Amino acid sequence: MTSKLLASELTLFRGERCLFTDLDFALDASEMLLLEGKNGSGKTSLLRAIAGLIEFESGQIEWNGVPVKKQRQVFHGALAWMSHRTGLKGDLTLIENLRFEASLRAQKDVEFDVVLRRLGIERLTKLPLRALSAGQQRRVALARMLLTDVPLWLMDEPFTNLDRQGRALVLELVDEHLADGGMCIMAAHQDAVINGTTRRVTL
Amino acid sequence: MMDETREIPGIGSGVIAVARRDLLLAWKRPGDILNPLFFFAMVSTLFPLGTGPSAEQLKFSGPGVLWVAALLATLVSLHTLFLQDHEDGSLDQLLVSPQPLPGLVLGKTMAHWLTSGVPLVLVTPIVAVAYRMSADVIGVLMITLAFGTVSLSLLGSVGAALTVGLHRATALLSLLILPLAMPILIVGAGAVSLAAGNEGMSGGVYFLAAYAIGALSLAPYATAAALRISNE
Repeated sequence: MTSKLLASELTLFRGERCLFTDLDFALDASEMLLLEGKNGSGKTSLLRAIAGLIEFESGQIEWNGVPVKKQRQVFHGALAWMSHRTGLKGDLTLIENLRFEASLRAQKDVEFDVVLRRLGIERLTKLPLRALSAGQQRRVALARMLLTDVPLWLMDEPFTNLDRQGRALVLELVDEHLADGGMCIMAAHQDAVINGTTRRVTL
Repeated sequence: MMDETREIPGIGSGVIAVARRDLLLAWKRPGDILNPLFFFAMVSTLFPLGTGPSAEQLKFSGPGVLWVAALLATLVSLHTLFLQDHEDGSLDQLLVSPQPLPGLVLGKTMAHWLTSGVPLVLVTPIVAVAYRMSADVIGVLMITLAFGTVSLSLLGSVGAALTVGLHRATALLSLLILPLAMPILIVGAGAVSLAAGNEGMSGGVYFLAAYAIGALSLAPYATAAALRISNE
């Protein structure tokens, strides 16, 4: 079964302000959706609403033909969320953070080594996360996303704090994810050029 | 290739995962556990200095003072329940995890009780001896506090969830949960007073146990719903 995301007639308000009305888009396996727009246009809000963190005023999102509201756990089991706040605990070590995520998803015997080496953070496993630089912490967040092994990636400004190699690595990882049948919705200021199919939504 | 037919994890795995993480965090930041304990010890040792240290006075005011101090100490520790998770974004991660949210919330509340309620119950005898309580009465005090702190942690999780997006909401949090916490205080302190006067206090203990069970079965759902609303 290939995954499919279908959004129809989405309307979103933040407070009294209307961010967009009647927004439609569809996303198939192996496609990326790039959200564009200037600061404050509602890219992050749209991503948060897709993830179910805030409510749309109207409209609905279907995952594999079923509205996500009727299958919240299934949908959340299929997505990984990465935002400017890493969602990692500064007092815990890198490995403790990743283990927690694995236990939350009831994953057993997760192989951390390959992913950590890929992201260049394999030497930092014993340090509390607080001691890592912002860019390194972002790499840990990427590692968590890779390890969850889910089809849908929601990424809010994934390039923040990363060096040039890091930014290239993000694109590389997204490319591989799409080639593997995954999908990605990304909000980014810079243009993300990948080999796979890119759809665009401008807010 | 990704596994499309993955199972939805059971509720127990989420409870344990979150409780374990929060206990690990508490272990690495012992100050968060010690602060409410110091507060409890301070309030209950300062009180006799203010009211006079005569034996009758202490026996009379002891149950009430210790219970109020315990209630306030729990309140102090409650506002941080979701605060850090909210600030570092891990609350978002919990909300988008495939786990049932009430289970995750229950795990957090369990960890909170283990790191605030249990230590409080354990230091109670030390403070209670200063109030000239007999061993039997101290036993009743510990039992009532054990049930009472379970309820307080659970009630507090609802309040903490409702106020998570607001800044400096400690006062509001107290205002929200104190009305619900008052029966616990009245019955708890009352049962200890009755025990001190050699009268039957089992009714009070049963009430507190029932209250704790009621809170245990309802509060996680209320907290989960509150979190979905207030985590903007």
